[in-house]
Amino acid sequence: MSSVGGRPLIPVVVFPGSNDDRDAARALELLGAEAPRVWHTDESLPAGTAAVVLPGGFSYGDYLRCGAIARFSPIMRAVTTFANDGGLVLGICNGFQILTEAGLLPGALRPNASLSFVCRDVPLTVAAADTPFTSRCEAGQDLTIPVKHGDGCWFADEELLAELEAADQIALRYAEGANPNGAVADVAGVTNADGNVFGLMPHPEHAVDPLLGSTDGALILGSLVDAARLSLAAAV
Amino acid sequence: MRATVLVRPKPGILDPQGQAVETSLRHLGFEVADTRVGRLVDVELQTDDRDEARALLERMCEQLLTNPLIESYEIEFAGA
Repeated sequence: MSSVGGRPLIPVVVFPGSNDDRDAARALELLGAEAPRVWHTDESLPAGTAAVVLPGGFSYGDYLRCGAIARFSPIMRAVTTFANDGGLVLGICNGFQILTEAGLLPGALRPNASLSFVCRDVPLTVAAADTPFTSRCEAGQDLTIPVKHGDGCWFADEELLAELEAADQIALRYAEGANPNGAVADVAGVTNADGNVFGLMPHPEHAVDPLLGSTDGALILGSLVDAARLSLAAAV
Repeated sequence: MRATVLVRPKPGILDPQGQAVETSLRHLGFEVADTRVGRLVDVELQTDDRDEARALLERMCEQLLTNPLIESYEIEFAGA
């Protein structure tokens, strides 16, 4: 079973301490995906998985460094294999932290420069629209999506940053003057070199319903659902 | 044998915790030029062979105890 009624299968991983898995699954289902939640001790992804989402939260209590323990969960071996085979993987907030710790995404996430937890809508600018995670956006488009994190200060040294910028891997930036955490070069989201793995600190799953303000998150998650659907069609 | 791993933010990495501590120390009247905050991990190992212990600890640091992109480490042995 690779999809249910044409709905691509996009499992959401639940780690101990994840707390945005329900919102992520609900948003993905709203956007046309089938989004079962899978447990961190599972050793494989469901058959027919078209994309995987690592949700926000505080996996393993953020002990040692955010994401440092979760990356050794049994499910992460399956996620890593899936990613290395070209599978689509999206990490949101804590999911982003886990992906950097796992070496699937470049850079590292450090405590916010302010040392304060930030929880608010932030203006963002789409820097690259030709990714499976931003295809519903246009380059240069402004988005408003909430952040809520204490460790969102993305870091890369100058050499790495130059490399990522040259390769167009910085897909999402905080709007000028609106960087909430001190991230280097206002980086809010970054892809891997192959473009099939993406992590971002803002929470698109909290911005899919007009009742809650912005629906710009649906552009990110909708792009992923589109790409997941395409990858299934290509696999048939 | 017992060892201590000292983990530090690498030079040049923004250390807001260190900055906050430095500010507080200044408020208390201490003249400090710089403060950095790291982490220490005490590890009790099965082996008594120092070379073997060091090799094990280095692997622990590379795999889990540090993020090599942003942190450096130093290994100290008890009684050394």
